[in-house]
Amino acid sequence: MGDFDYSVIFDNLPLLIDGLKVTFLLTILAVVGGIVLGTLLALIRIAKVPVISWVAAAYVNFFRSLPLILVIFWLYFLVPLFLGRPVGSFYSVLIAFILFEAAYYSEIIRAGISSIRSGQVAAGRAIGLSYPQTMRYIVLPQAFRSMVPVLLTQAIVLFQDTSLVYVVGLKDFLVSAELIANRDQRLVEMFVLVAIVYFFFSFAGSLYARHLQRKLSV
Amino acid sequence: MIEINHASKWYGDFQVLNDCTTRVDKGEVVVICGPSGSGKSTLIKCVNGLESIGSGDISVDGSKVNGRKTNLNQLRSRIGMVFQSFELFPHMSVLDNVMLGQLKVLKRSTDEAEQRAQALLLQVGLADHAYKYPAQLSGGQQQRVAIARGLAMDPIAMLFDEPTSALDPEMINDVLDVMVDLAQDGMTMMVVTHEMGFAQKVADRIVFMDEGRIVEDSPKDEFFKAQGSERAKEFLSKILTH
Ligand SMILES: Nc1ncnc2c1ncn2[C@@H]1O[C@H](COP(=O)(O)OP(=O)(O)OP(=O)(O)O)[C@@H](O)[C@H]1O
Ligand SMILES: [Mg+2]
Repeated sequence: MGDFDYSVIFDNLPLLIDGLKVTFLLTILAVVGGIVLGTLLALIRIAKVPVISWVAAAYVNFFRSLPLILVIFWLYFLVPLFLGRPVGSFYSVLIAFILFEAAYYSEIIRAGISSIRSGQVAAGRAIGLSYPQTMRYIVLPQAFRSMVPVLLTQAIVLFQDTSLVYVVGLKDFLVSAELIANRDQRLVEMFVLVAIVYFFFSFAGSLYARHLQRKLSV
Repeated sequence: MIEINHASKWYGDFQVLNDCTTRVDKGEVVVICGPSGSGKSTLIKCVNGLESIGSGDISVDGSKVNGRKTNLNQLRSRIGMVFQSFELFPHMSVLDNVMLGQLKVLKRSTDEAEQRAQALLLQVGLADHAYKYPAQLSGGQQQRVAIARGLAMDPIAMLFDEPTSALDPEMINDVLDVMVDLAQDGMTMMVVTHEMGFAQKVADRIVFMDEGRIVEDSPKDEFFKAQGSERAKEFLSKILTH
């Protein structure tokens, strides 16, 4: 293997940074999309509308019963088929992550909403707010506040899981590093770097989540 | 103003309200009392449709609360409600609590809503606390904010569900004073409370409930002369000697 060669990192910095950008973009878009769709699913389930709420529950249970890698794989083939044209691996995996994460987020959000005392809803309704207004102005802001640490923790898991795009060859951080590693025969340097980078962001993120948790609990 | 006609309600097999009939006229103050579990909260929640009744009907200012054509949100915006546990919105400042309904339901402008909110906070003695959050206030202060929040909608009637029973004794009077002022200004009020001093001072009628039934509904003086039912007498002697 020889000596640890830092220069391979610096020489390929632009490529690595591009890969990291893809990883972050995917994480951020999937978190935002997942939270939006997850909130919708949670609201539908809580509203207990016949049929629709049942469909939402079935959706959540379905996606929670599948391995993420399978969803990524399937969507990679299904999305172009469904749209009738190629969409590029980035969009297909993004959709896969959003659909998958939404199922998990919806459970977190549903728990968050249920933790708000029913008296708050009554108070909102009593001043004449409609049910959607009560959710929007009273229940959701409080629910999200209490959920931030859990949502952040879930986002860290997602950040790590984005590396699964490996199976469809999307050039995220891991895939970029691997390409360089094979091309330059610098496997040790590259995989140590990858480990350090994932560890750094995940650890910083979970420290921050714990900090928020403590701040919110006082 | 508020008319309750033969209202009954069931939770499964359990009958919470049993053929309740009473009314609150404009400007009247009616106090509702009775033992725990007798259905007082349920009755008052049925008046603004937070709970629905199983049979009978309730109307407020001529509109049926349980009517199909009634816009319940609009009707609720015209009836203020104060809860035992305050239920201020903890993520909003006191001022925002009092402004929310004005902005989102009455569609008042921010300036107008803020002016009204400030005026009401002054009226309940909390002008200095507008920018605090509910958690920074004492229970008595929170309950007065809740009253201001209800009044901000310019309601035609106010409902109170044991507004002082979660408060420390030294704060009860601050809240009752605000309520007495309201009553004396001619507000139509339906008040679930065991504060008989308040009832003596401002109530027009007292309704006594037991096991889902209205067992007594009489003018204040008659009620306190205790010519009423045995059950009410027994109950009164218990709470008055506390
Ligand atoms: N959602 C519900 N489901 C089933 N039973 C209920 C429900 N809400 C209230 N009850 C029952 O209805 C009865 C009347 O309740 P309510 O809260 O109206 O009584 P209350 O007179 O206000 O009592 P308190 O003085 O304790 O507040 C109680 O026996 C209560 O257990
Ligand atoms: Mg009660």
